[in-house]
Parts: sequence; C-alpha cells; structure tokens
Amino acid sequence: MKDGRSGEVSARETVLAGIRRSLGVTGGEAPRRFEVERRLAEAPAGIVPQRGQGDLPARVATFRAEAERAQATVAEAAALNDVPAEVARFLREANCPATVRMGTDPRLAALPWPATALDVSIGPSDGRDLNAVSMALVGIAETGTLALVSGADNPTTLNFLPDNAIVVVRREDVVADYEAAFARLRAVYGKGGAPRALNFITGPSRSADIEQTLLLGAHGPRRLHIVIAG
Amino acid sequence: MTVVPTSARFQENAHEALNDARLQGAMVFARNFAGRRALAAARLPEFDRLRDSASAIKDHTLAHLDLYLEAYERKVVESGGCVHYAEDAEAARRIVVDLCRSLGAKSVTKGKSMISEEIGLNAAIEAAGIEAVETDLGEYIIQLRHETPSHIIAPAIHLTKRDFEHDFRARHTNLPPERDLSKPEQLLAEARAVLREKFLAADVGITGANFLIAETGGSVIVTNEGNGDLTQTLPRAHIVIASIEKIVPTLEDAAQLLRVLARSATGQDASVYTTFSTGPRRPGDPDGPSAYHVVILDNGRSAMLGGEFQDMLRCIRCGACMNHCPVYQAVGGHAYGWVYPGPMGAVLTPSLIGVAEGGQLPNASTFCGRCEEVCPVRIPLPKMMRHWREREFERALSPAAARYGLGLWAFFAARPALYRVAAGLVARSLRLLGRRKGRFASLPFAGGWTRYRDLAAPEGSTFQSRWRAKSGAVK
Repeated sequence: MKDGRSGEVSARETVLAGIRRSLGVTGGEAPRRFEVERRLAEAPAGIVPQRGQGDLPARVATFRAEAERAQATVAEAAALNDVPAEVARFLREANCPATVRMGTDPRLAALPWPATALDVSIGPSDGRDLNAVSMALVGIAETGTLALVSGADNPTTLNFLPDNAIVVVRREDVVADYEAAFARLRAVYGKGGAPRALNFITGPSRSADIEQTLLLGAHGPRRLHIVIAG
Repeated sequence: MTVVPTSARFQENAHEALNDARLQGAMVFARNFAGRRALAAARLPEFDRLRDSASAIKDHTLAHLDLYLEAYERKVVESGGCVHYAEDAEAARRIVVDLCRSLGAKSVTKGKSMISEEIGLNAAIEAAGIEAVETDLGEYIIQLRHETPSHIIAPAIHLTKRDFEHDFRARHTNLPPERDLSKPEQLLAEARAVLREKFLAADVGITGANFLIAETGGSVIVTNEGNGDLTQTLPRAHIVIASIEKIVPTLEDAAQLLRVLARSATGQDASVYTTFSTGPRRPGDPDGPSAYHVVILDNGRSAMLGGEFQDMLRCIRCGACMNHCPVYQAVGGHAYGWVYPGPMGAVLTPSLIGVAEGGQLPNASTFCGRCEEVCPVRIPLPKMMRHWREREFERALSPAAARYGLGLWAFFAARPALYRVAAGLVARSLRLLGRRKGRFASLPFAGGWTRYRDLAAPEGSTFQSRWRAKSGAVK
C-alpha cells in the first residue's frame, strides 16, 4: 500500500480517520459542517488595528511612513503620467542604467515613456534585468506593504530578480489594512478565488542570518522604490 | 535517513555547549530578539487582543481540522494543483522523491522549512541522485556544514561571521582565494551570486508553508530574503510540504496570525515577503511553475488532537519561546538534539519521536514562564512540560536518584507534621554547619549546584515557621 496512487488515497483516509478518532467525530456531524461552511463564506475580520485607518490623505501618510520604516524609498507623483520622469530620476540618482523591464499592464503601457531616456522592454525577467517597474493592486497603510498579483500585466519574476524594484501604486489604491486588500482581491477574482501568486511586499529584501546584522539585498531586490501616483 | 536524535543525551549536550567558548560567543547575538519583539508589541495597541484572536482561530481550526482539510483540498484541485497525504516522515520523503523523479529533476532548490528538517528530506533527495540546495542564507551554511538548524527562524544563530567565511572558502573553491570576506556584506554578496545560479538552474522548488488557506487553496510563505519566492517561482514545479495543523480557514484568519507572527519572531511589523501561492501557472501567465503539489504531513500530530498536548498544535513557529528562554539562551539549539529546540521543542519533540527519546527535554526548563508570556498563540508551554515530566516519572524513565529523592520528599510532604519537624531540623543543622561563612561551597548530594555557585546557609527557621510568625504578627 506504500506505492502509487492507491497508496496515496489510503494515506488520505488514514490521516483523516486519525484526526476524527482523536477529535471523537465522524466528519458527518451537520453542526460542524455548518460551522465550517459559515466561516468560509463569511470570513469574519477579527481584530483590525487602528494604525492604517483614516481618510485617503491619512492612509497615504501612514503608508509612506511605514514603507520608509521598512527601508523602502517613496516618491509621490501628481499624476500617473509623471511616473516615467520619476522612474528616470530615481535611476539617475541611484547611478543605475536607464533601462527598465515591465509587464503588459495597460496602465503602465499608456504612460509617456518615450519622453524619457529610459530603454523600456516588456516581459518577465530571466535574471538579467537590473530594474523593473510594476503596478501594485493596492498599497496597505497598516504596514507600508504593497500587494501585487501575478499575470502577464505584472510578472512575478519582476518582483524578485532585478536589483531595483520600482512599484507604482495609484493614490486611490492605498487602503487601510490587509482586510481591505482582500476585499479588492475578491472584487477581481471572486470569493474563494485567487491569483496564482499574491505578493505582499514590505521593503527591500534582507537577511540577518550573519550575527544578526541587518543587510539589504539578500536574494531579492536591493532597493524598493515606491511611486504613489495620482 | 532522518536526523538521528541525541535528545536523550540532553544533559551531556548542554554541558558541552556551556563549555564551548565559540558557541557561547555566537549566542550573544541571540539576545537581540527579545528587545525587538517588545518594541514591536508596544507599537501595536491591539497586539494582545490579536494574540487572543490568533489562539481562537487555531483552536477553532483544530476542532474542525478534518473538514477544513477537505475544503482546502477541494480548492487546491480546483486551481489545478495536487494534494498528497503522508502519514509519516518516510511516506513524505517517498512522495517528494517520486515527484522529483517523475519531473525529471536534476536540481532542486529549497526554501527554509522545518518540516523538511523534521523528515530529513535533503538526504533522501540526494540519495536519489538529485542535488538539493538550501537557499535561505542560514540554511545554506548549515547545509554546507552538514548540521541541523539551531533555531527555528535563525538556523545559523550558533555561527559567527568567521564560521561563514571559513565554510565559504572551503566550498566556493572556484572563487579567488585572496578575496576579502571579512565583512558580512561580502559574505552575503557571495552567497547571493552563488545561489542565483542555483535558482536559475533548478528544476523543482520545494518550500514549506506558514499557512494553508482552506478558503482559496493557497499556501503562504513568509520570508525576508526573497529566496522562498525565487524557489517557488522559477522552476518547472513547486512542491509545498506542510503539516496538517498549518490550515487556517480564510484570508482574514491568515491576516490575524500574520499580525502576530513577524512581531513575535523578528520584531518586524511585517516580514518583507508574504506570498500567497494558489496552484500552477494560469493561461497567459509568463512565469511561475507549471506544476503545483502539496504534501500534507501528519507524522504524529493527529494523535495530539483531543489530548493534553493539543494546544501545542497552535504553534506558528515564530521562535519567541526560545528567544526568551534562559535555558535555550545558555545552551543553544543543538543541545536539544533533534530538530525543534527551546520550549516548543521540549514539548513537541517527545510527541513526535517518543518520550523515551525526547523525555529529557521537558526537564530543560526553569519554569520561569517567559515562553508562555510571549507566545503569540498563548500555548501553556510550562504546563505541558510538566505533563511530560509526570509521564516520564510514571514510566520510570527518569534517573533512579531523582525518583528516590522525589519519593522521599513525597513521603514527608504527605505528612505535614513530620515535614515541619524534619524541615526545622534540617534548617537548624545547616545553620550550625554553615555558621562560619554563611554559605556552603560544597555539600554532599548537591555537587551539581555547588560546582557553579555557593548554597546560602539557612538562617535557622523554615519558611513555614516564619510565615506562621508573620501571619500572627499581622493579626
């Protein structure tokens, strides 16, 4: 019974039976099933911290302060159309090549990149790109966290392989807390649905594994630059 | 193929650790955690209420674990993934190795996973002729050294930067020997460059999971380096290995637990990368794995449900208990002799490998209670260590001297009048004997104590008699 598919089916039954034996249940009890279905359907929120709450200006201020606390840099652009100039400025001042890699997000594609000296290429990263630009689903004020979703618009590899991750978040997309981010996610993917990858990102990559010394740029980006636009 | 436990030798291990100057030098860095956690907790007024909420979510899930597992499994399959169940470590190793083989894997990258350590996965993968590369910086170096982690979130806390330099020079022999590796930045840059090649070449990525979400069929990993994400995004297949108690009902429930996890672990408000992965690459996706498998491991956990150790299954592996444990801080993680150290290890190890093998560990406690005070899911760790001690005593596994001593004490303790007389006699005689110095540098039967510090001489009266006198005075 240890080999092949039948073995796995039997392991499933054994594990579930072991759980039920210990809990003293059969798995068929209607009240238990009802309780589980209700929780999955209702997804109660629990304790939500005050920190991220407030009107849009307050949320943006908290988001910015918390992201900077996590060693991200943050710039604000008056409009989405100002984003390419801000990206060019950031790369110039960081002394980085004027190249960026991005996905097919129509909101990014519509921006005036040709007005800058930036060399823009489209697609996921194979590890050779120094700079990436992505668009976040939302920014979360509570902890200065960006939420990004996988797909051709904003490929996941762009969040991790390049040295410099530049992420654009629309001002109106700065939400208070994780729960608000999940509400936005469900609006796109439906209740119970999810993208292949949902990345919550708070600051640039880091490690403290050597004598508890905090070092930025472990395996992911060395810099995370956030542009709040609009 | 699993790690051979030396938990039964805890006393000898601890003794060696205390006399290991290099280890004692490295353990200084482990003291930073407590202060950082305290600051993070103080910054969030809702922290203690979140701990209650997190505990309640875990209790609810454990009480309905069979049903949440079934719900989770349905959603994984719906999103194009496969779920495999493993009753024990051997079954889990076999499933993972078979998957790697069927995927034609030559090289596997790994995100940090305690379950992988628990089942001894690397050795099994390598025995199948497949390269397994740990990619978390701390896990990477302990893999180079053929060691186990000494801390559940900081696996190389027992090492210094000199150890890193030594092992990197020994292993990365294709790099110029004259290179400077004296600074942590240089060590990190070298590991990043070496492992970047491994990430890009890997056929399969294996990660653990901090949570499995029944509502969406997603698995969640929490990392700071980004290694877990490169591990699960770049190769053709992603294999998740997780134990049954990692299930939570909804995204909202995961958020409650995430809010206490990073703060309790590293003192961060949020870890850098919290990633929710649901199934393989979708149509139109330009990246991500083409296959997604989850191996769900029991390995003794279902037997803990419904009993006096069920609360241990609330554990979210933050490491706060060991960061606040005077015993762990003194002896480090390896003295515990298996995979899980500190107070959580002292409770979990006997459950997973048996009281005969792990029964010494619950004795590695001063019962100061700090572990329970800081536990984000309020696990009564000292109480459970007491349960294990009782079992060890019942099964006559504790040393004969301790058993006779306790038997003798119990004889007097059950006879209060006799106890008062005897205790008074002992206190008075010790006062006479220790009159000259007021303390004893050595005592028969108490060498373990007096080898490291003196025993203060009693002042001639017992606690009971002084208490009686004091109560009388108050009246």
